[in-house]
Amino acid sequence: MSNFIFGRYLPGHSWIHQMSPQSKLLLSFYFVIIIFFANNLISYGILSILILIVILLSGISIMYFLKGIRPLIWLIIFTVLLQILFSSGGRVLWHFGPFSVTNESLINGGFIFMRFLLIIMISTVLTLTTTPLAIADGVQTILKPLKKVKFPVDTLALMLSIALRFVPTLMDEMETIMNAQRARGVDFGSGSLKHRVKAAVPLLVPLFTGAINHAENLSTAMEARGFSDSEHRTKYRQYRWQVKDTISWLFFLAIGAVVIFIRK
Amino acid sequence: MKDIVQVDKISYNYPDQPLLFDQLSLDVHEGEWLAIIGQNGSGKSTLARLIDGLIVLNEGHITVDGLQVNDQNIYNVRSKIGIVFQNPEDQFVGATVEDDVAFGLENQLFDRSKMHDIVEESLKSVGMWDFRERIPANLSGGQKQRVAIAGIIALSPKIIILDEATSMLDPRGRKEILELVQRLKNENHLTVISITHDIDEAAGADRVVILNHGEIIDENTPRGIFSHPDKLRQIGLDAPYTSKLLAALSKRGVSDEKSYMNDEELIAWIQQLVSTK
Repeated sequence: MSNFIFGRYLPGHSWIHQMSPQSKLLLSFYFVIIIFFANNLISYGILSILILIVILLSGISIMYFLKGIRPLIWLIIFTVLLQILFSSGGRVLWHFGPFSVTNESLINGGFIFMRFLLIIMISTVLTLTTTPLAIADGVQTILKPLKKVKFPVDTLALMLSIALRFVPTLMDEMETIMNAQRARGVDFGSGSLKHRVKAAVPLLVPLFTGAINHAENLSTAMEARGFSDSEHRTKYRQYRWQVKDTISWLFFLAIGAVVIFIRK
Repeated sequence: MKDIVQVDKISYNYPDQPLLFDQLSLDVHEGEWLAIIGQNGSGKSTLARLIDGLIVLNEGHITVDGLQVNDQNIYNVRSKIGIVFQNPEDQFVGATVEDDVAFGLENQLFDRSKMHDIVEESLKSVGMWDFRERIPANLSGGQKQRVAIAGIIALSPKIIILDEATSMLDPRGRKEILELVQRLKNENHLTVISITHDIDEAAGADRVVILNHGEIIDENTPRGIFSHPDKLRQIGLDAPYTSKLLAALSKRGVSDEKSYMNDEELIAWIQQLVSTK
């Protein structure tokens, strides 16, 4: 789990690494929206080429991206099969009871597969080239306009960054508690699901007590260092919008326009 | 010498608990290293929290560098004091080393351009500059305490309080942290209040105060305090290693020397003893 959140970032100095996190975040959202506008072979082709360019620009081996698909492979297969077997229209190629495969459902299945692939790729690019902290800061920058309606954006960002910072700490403690229980003969790995859930409950109590202790001590330490409220602080890190961001956006906007234009 | 912290007849109790401090007074001289020793529950950490205004007094006054600790002055008082707490994990606020050092500066509304210089300078002074991009999970306890000290130095305080800051470290980490604080104290003319139950840490102080059940029962130089190891033992504190060795020697009739010595003095004394025999 700690690898899932922290081991994902790969340090680097590529074009994509240097883009500001807020623009990467927004660009990823934008790309996902564009994917849903694509509905023919050419537009999916264009988007695939685009994502290939992005992957090349990130300077990260394609293997990391393929790994990103693995945990979702069953979901993808299931959805694609559903699409192929249950959608109607077009020439029927094969049918059995309620199931039928038509040429159109095959095409739609292919498109669904492409959508999954493209969405996973773009989000993998985002998490591989951006630290969790930078993502938190990006979210803060994007939400900044909400300050006008008194939404506590900075508090939220501070909470997010402290939460991320404590994930490995709590993971370590979980490991320690599990080892302590194992030493007393608890078996976490085998038995029925019910048994395993039962074994997990005694883990949660010490973990929560520990977390509350951390929170209490941390708040004392924060106060001692002059913290009063999170909305009136200066910021050490700043992610400026860069020329690279503008160029990337212009490129993506142009591709988006083409995809919408050639929509059937 | 000027008193930088004046604790004047304070009383305090935790909610629903008996009075911990009753009319306690204590002065801390500017530029000294004061060790406050005592058992768990003697109130030594509570005293540190009262001085920093993290908890509120029942009665009495505390003055820090001419400012009374109260609601109006609280942020000014805290900017004069830096506390290194016991658990390295629980005072690391930032996501990375440099973010953590910057945390205090952000609170004090420092300019971003200035912040980067100060962070660099502070991290270099504790030898952690090369680790600036690390996350806390990849640091040892001693390294985290160094970062905590850097975060304090960054705010150029007048007083550093070590609240059992070395108790969760291994002996080497402990020694390194104490040497670091000693060096920073000399370079920046700081006052250090070290709250500890590590006798060897107290032995390096200029002055030692023994706290027992919220009362100051003794106050002297380390030499004066450790010359009476029996008294320490009565309230459940250990004597430093050198005192124990001397006591053992006198038990065996080797010598009658009772006054406290530090490591070097003891070594010199033993050499002398051996050569004269």
